[in-house]
Amino acid sequence: MSLAAPERIWWKPLGRDERLWVWVSVVFCLILFMVMIAWHLVARQTTPWETYAVTPERYTQITEDFVEKYRVGVEDGIPVVRPPVGGDAYLLASTWQWYPILELKKGQTYRIHLSSKDLQHGFSLQPPNYNLQVVPGYDYVMKLTPQETGEFRIVCNEYCGIGHHTMIGKLIVTE
Amino acid sequence: MTTQASQANFRTCPTTGLQVHRPAELLITVNAVAAVVFLTVGGILALLLALTRWELVHLLPADLFYRFLTAHGITMLIFWIVFFEVAGLYFGATVLLNARLVTPRLGWAAFALMMIGALLTEVMVFTGQADVMFTAYIPLKAHPLFYLGYILFAVGALVAVYLFFASVVVAKQERRHTGSLPLVTYGLVVAGIIATFTLICGAITFIPAFFWSLGILETYDPAAYRLLFWGFGHAAQQINLAAMVAIWYALATLTVGAKPINEKLSRLAFLLYILFINLGAIHHLMVDPGLSVGYKIVNTSYLMYLAVLGSMIHAYSIPAAVEVAQRAKGYTQGLFGWLRRAPWGDPGFAALVVSMVMFGFLGGVTGVIQGMMQLNMMIHNTLRVVGHFHATVVAGTTVAFMGLTYYLIPLIMRRGLISRRLASWQPYVYGSGLLLLIAGMMLSGDIGIPRRSWSIAGGGFSSLSDITLGMVGIGAIVAVVGGGMFVYIAVFSLLFGKDLRKQS
Repeated sequence: MSLAAPERIWWKPLGRDERLWVWVSVVFCLILFMVMIAWHLVARQTTPWETYAVTPERYTQITEDFVEKYRVGVEDGIPVVRPPVGGDAYLLASTWQWYPILELKKGQTYRIHLSSKDLQHGFSLQPPNYNLQVVPGYDYVMKLTPQETGEFRIVCNEYCGIGHHTMIGKLIVTE
Repeated sequence: MTTQASQANFRTCPTTGLQVHRPAELLITVNAVAAVVFLTVGGILALLLALTRWELVHLLPADLFYRFLTAHGITMLIFWIVFFEVAGLYFGATVLLNARLVTPRLGWAAFALMMIGALLTEVMVFTGQADVMFTAYIPLKAHPLFYLGYILFAVGALVAVYLFFASVVVAKQERRHTGSLPLVTYGLVVAGIIATFTLICGAITFIPAFFWSLGILETYDPAAYRLLFWGFGHAAQQINLAAMVAIWYALATLTVGAKPINEKLSRLAFLLYILFINLGAIHHLMVDPGLSVGYKIVNTSYLMYLAVLGSMIHAYSIPAAVEVAQRAKGYTQGLFGWLRRAPWGDPGFAALVVSMVMFGFLGGVTGVIQGMMQLNMMIHNTLRVVGHFHATVVAGTTVAFMGLTYYLIPLIMRRGLISRRLASWQPYVYGSGLLLLIAGMMLSGDIGIPRRSWSIAGGGFSSLSDITLGMVGIGAIVAVVGGGMFVYIAVFSLLFGKDLRKQS
C-alpha cells in the first residue's frame, strides 16, 4: 500500500533484479553525460559559447559601419553585404527585420555576430534548422562554415510581437 | 499545537475506513473545482490555437492567436496544474494521514490570493494588455497588474504549500498516524519542497518585473530574467513530475492493490528529484549567449543525469509493483498474463497506463534528448519543444490528475460517477488525440517549424508541414473531445451524481 504507512522496517536491501536495473541505469546516465562532453571537445559542430556584452545602440552602430564598408547591393530595401572571407559579419535583429542580408562563400569560415536592437528574437536558419537565442545586450558569436550554396532563410522563432511571423531574413551562399 | 482536533470535524470513509477532516475535504473540492474550470478554459483555447496552426484552416487572426496563446499557456501550465496540486497536497496531508488541516482559514486565504492573482492575470491577458506569452520575456512589456497577478498567485500557492507542511508535522505530533509517511505523501512532500523553491524563484522573477513595468526599475537584464524565469517556469513542471509520480503510486494501489516492491528504492528516487531535477531548468538556455559551456553541461545533465536515474527507478518499480500485485491475485499465466488480466476498463488504471507510457516514452525520453546541449541547436524554439511538454504536462501530468479525480469524486466529494463507461473510455480517447498532436508537433519541429508563430508562410519549410500541422489540428480535435469527456464527467458527477453520503 503506497497510501498507508510502510511496515516499520522498510530500508531493506535491493533485490537482484533491482540492483541490475539500477546499475544499467547508472551506466546509461554516465554514457549520456560523457557523450555531451566528448561532442564538445571533438565534434565539428557544437553550441557556440563566445559572448560579449554590448549595448543595443553600440551594436546597431557596429552593424551600420559594417554594412557601409562591405555593401554590394540591395534587395527589397535591405542591403546585401559581402563580409571579408574568414572575417567578422554582423547580423542585427529588430522588430521585425533581419539586417542586413549576408552573402558568404562556401567552405569559408566566418565569425557571425548576433544581437538585437530591441526585444529578444530567435535566429533560426532554414532549412538546415539551426537555432540560437538572440538577446539584446549580448553579442553572441558563432563560427559558421557554409557547406552548400544557395539562398537560406532566417526565421525569427522567438515571439516578438504581432508582426513576429513576418520577420524572415535571408542568407546567401555563393561558390 | 497541543490541542487535539475536534473529532466532530471528522467523518469515517466507508470504503477505506480513513478519517476524513471535513474542512480539508471542502478545501480539496474547491481547489479541484477551480482547477477544472481553468482546464476547461484552457482546453477551449487549445482547440482554437491548434486550428490556427493547422494552416489549411487558419482560424484566428494573428492578434487573437498570440493573445490566446498567452492565455492558454498561463491557464494550463500554472492555474490548472497548481490549483489541482494544492488539492492533491491537502489530500496527502489529511486523508492519507488520518489527520486534520491545521488552519483551514489559512487554506481559504491561500485560495483567495491564488484566485485573485489568477483572475487579475487572465483579465490583463484577455483585454490585450499583456500579449507577452507565458514567458513574458523582458524587454517585452505587459501591464503592471499582469505581473502583480503572477506575484499574488505565487504567494497564495506558497501559503498553501506551507499549510501542507504544517499539517504533515502536526499530524505526526498529534499521533494521527504512526511510523513513516505513506509513500504517496512522501512524494507529495518532495513536490512541496520543489514547489517552495519554484514559487520563491517566481517571486524573485516577477517582483522586479513588476517594478520595471511601472518604470521604477529602469533596466532589467533580459538574460538574467531568462535565468530566473526558468527557475520558476521549468521548476514548476518538476512539481508536476513529483506529484504525478506520487499519483502513479496512488493509482497503482487504488486500481490493483499494488504495494511498492522496495520502499527504500522508491524513496531514494524521489530524493534524487529534490537534489537534481531543478538543474534541468537550464534546458531553456542551452543556446543562450552569456553562459559558459561547463555551466551548461553540468546543469543540462542534471549533474550526470542523476535525476534521470530517479525516473528510471520509478519506471521500473511501478510496473513491477503492478505485476507483483497481479500475480498475487493468481494471474500468472505466461510472461504477460498479469498485464492481459489488468483492469483496463477501470478509468484510474487506464489513466495510469496512458500517463506512464506517454510520459515515459514521449515526454521523458524526448526531454533528455532535446536537453542535450548540442542537439538543442536543432530544436530550440521549434514545435518540437512544444511536442515535448505536451507529452509531459498534458499526456503525463494531466492524465494522471484526471485518473485520480475519478477516485476523488466518490471518496472525497461523495458522488457516484455519472457514467463509469464514459470514464473508462476517456483516458484512451484523450491519449490517442494527444498522441497524434504530439507526433505532429515533434515532426513539425524536426523540419524546423517555429513555435509561437501565427503563420509559417515564406519560411521556406518543407511541404511536409501540411501533413505534420494537419496532425496537430486533428489530434487537438480528438484530444479536446477527450478533455470534454473528463470535464463533463467531473462536473455532472459533482452536480447530479448519486449522493453517496446517504449510504454512510
